Formats: sequence, C-alpha cells, structure tokens
Amino acid sequence: MKVTVKYFGMIAELAGKTEELLEVPSGTSAIELKDRQVRRYQIQDPESVQLAVNQNLDNKVELNEGDEVAFLPPFAGG
Amino acid sequence: MRYDRQIKLDEVGVPGQEKLRNASVLIVGVGGLGCPAAQNLVGAGIGRLGLIDHDRVSLSNLHRQLLFTEEDLGKSKALVAKSRLQQINSEVEIDVFEEPLSIDNAENLFQLYDIIIDGTDNFETKYLINDACILTEKPWVYASIYKNEGQLSVFNYQEGPSYRCLFPKTTRQNISCEATGVLGVTPGILGTMQAAEVLKMILGAGNVLSGKLKLINILSGQDQLLNISKRVEEIEKIKNEGIIPVRIECKISDESKLYLDIREIFEQPRVNSGKVLQIPLSELEDRLEEIPKQEEVLVFCQSGKRSKKVVDLLKAQFEFNNLINVEGGVETIIDG
Repeated sequence: MKVTVKYFGMIAELAGKTEELLEVPSGTSAIELKDRQVRRYQIQDPESVQLAVNQNLDNKVELNEGDEVAFLPPFAGG
Repeated sequence: MRYDRQIKLDEVGVPGQEKLRNASVLIVGVGGLGCPAAQNLVGAGIGRLGLIDHDRVSLSNLHRQLLFTEEDLGKSKALVAKSRLQQINSEVEIDVFEEPLSIDNAENLFQLYDIIIDGTDNFETKYLINDACILTEKPWVYASIYKNEGQLSVFNYQEGPSYRCLFPKTTRQNISCEATGVLGVTPGILGTMQAAEVLKMILGAGNVLSGKLKLINILSGQDQLLNISKRVEEIEKIKNEGIIPVRIECKISDESKLYLDIREIFEQPRVNSGKVLQIPLSELEDRLEEIPKQEEVLVFCQSGKRSKKVVDLLKAQFEFNNLINVEGGVETIIDG
C-alpha cells in the first residue's frame, strides 16, 4: 500500500525533501514506518520526533492505504 | 478615538474593548517573537503588559526585533521595549523584569497575569513555562521557529493539552535562530499570530488554537493544522511533582583537558562531561581559589569574548599564567 510522508524541520533537510510517496507492506504501523525512516535518514533523537497520522498526533495506529504521516521534530528558535 | 477601528468589529465592540483593558499578559523573552507580540497587544489597548528579559540589544537583533534601534545597542531589551511601547500607547501599564525566567520566579510572576506568551528560543524555558502554567492554571501561547518554518499552539487553555502532551521527550539539538539563520518576517508573523491568540482568548472570539498545532512554512506558503491529544499523565505528573527542570546537555570533545566554564547557569548548551569547572562570571571574584594554578586550564564562554577578558584580567592581576582562552566559545569544544 502507498502512504504519503511529510517531513518538517531538520528532518526535511536530512531527507532532502518535504514529502514523498512510500510503498509499505499492508499492516505496517506508524511506529514501524518511523523506525524505517529513522534508519534511512539517520534521524537524531528519534524518541523526540512525533508523528501525525491524517493530521492527528498519534503514534499508535496501524496505517491504511492513502494515509498521510507527518514527521515532526521539536524545535525551539524564536 | 484610538480604538475605533477595532470596536467597529462585532467581535470587539465597547464590551470587548473593556475586556482588553481589564486583561494582563506576560511576555517571556522580548526578542523576535516578543517584539511583534508586544507591539500588537499594546496597540490593541491591553490593560497591563509584563516584559521579562535579561538580555541586551545587539546589532544582529535589529533585522527582526523591530522595537529596537541602533541607539539601543547594549541596552536592556526589557527597558528599551517598555519606553518604545509607552510611546505607542501611554494608557498601557507596563512592568519590566530584567532577569531570566527561572524555577524560582516563574510561578510567582505568572500569578500576576492572565495569559503568558512564550517568546523564548530554548527548550528549557519552554518546558519551564509549561510546568509553571499548569501549576498556576494559566494558558500560554507557544511559538517556535526553525529556519523558514514555525509552530504555533495554545497550551493549558480550558483543560486543553500541554506542551508535554505534544513533545513528552525533548531533544539535545537546541538550535537557535542565531545558529541557523532566520528571515525577520518569520518571527514577525509568528509573534503577531501569538498576539492574535491572546486577543481571541480575551474577547472569547473565534477558535483558539488549543488542542491544535499550526505549522507554517514561509517559503512554500503551505500551512497545516494538526490535532494534539491530551496526555493526562503528563499534566498530572507536573501537578503532583511541581516543575520538572529540563536541561539540554552536551559532551566535551577532549575529556583529558581541564576546562573553566564562566557562563551564567542559564546559558546553553550545558556541558555535562569531561573535567569542567563551572564558575559563572558573576561569582568569579569570590571563587578564584577554586581555579588551580598548577595545570593548564582552558577558559570558555559562549563566544570567546568574555572568556578572553577573564583570562587577560586573571593573568594580569592574580598571576594565573596557566589560563588559555577558547577562541570561538563553547561550540568549538563540544561534540556535534
């Protein structure tokens, strides 16, 4: 199945893009997708990165075809 | 009359203007976010505004902190901001606190105001604001910037989620606008939106960004609105245990050398490894005997300027010939 992944902050820089369409095995959970992308892009401090699935901040869901997953790092500039 | 253009709006009217006049707001940090937030609230006729900032105006502030002018360089941000804001609106009562927000003063200060605005640039203070707002039952308006992106939300509003519900775990990568670079308009937009959230809360108008995280990208023009779930355990933990200090720490690259950190305790990143004596410049005079004279000591601060003065002075007046200044400051001696 395909899911759309969006990257924010320094994660977008590590990925070299702000968005991509990924093919993942059906039944993949949000946390499994996160682990995979953390390894792929060598994302630092992964436990601080929050996921939003279909605009809801929640890491604990199983993904479905067409879902949109946002990767949000904390940042603090001001 | 002064407020005619906003009183014309159904959301304001004469009763709304009276609500604004009876309201009080504390702005923590009078920088890129705090300046536009303060200007807008003072213009709108907020009754009382508190400004807390221990920093002084520097040249690299001027492109985005538009309350300050070239004449203000080296002066207290909070004091300069007050005098400029009083020129905009002398009816507003403005309190100034020229000190850092700390675990010791946060709750007492927050008690004095209805709403808190986060104009800070570091995780430690954002978690401190969060915890103190939970304990004093005050809502706060959060904003953060990374380069051309911004995050905006209202926390602890009418039993809504807190910052710890959004980010229960923080990161060591505390990257400021000074380090990454930022267009002046970005904090200008975010700080103005913070003021808008304050006005909405006071007037009871529109949808306050509670339980929502607004993401703004200045370059792409694409904004997002995400839903934040409440994590009750994160809020209860603070109610039960009080403020939980968050410290962003880093490791020293060469752990064989002896260092002297003369920065004040609120300056980040904190160094938590290797051999590092921590004696803030403000206490140095009384603690000179703690500095060894027999072995080489590398002295550092944030940029290398204060530490150079310290090294020169201690050599000239107290015969510390073993001191070496770390040119370039803390960033040059830590990992990452």
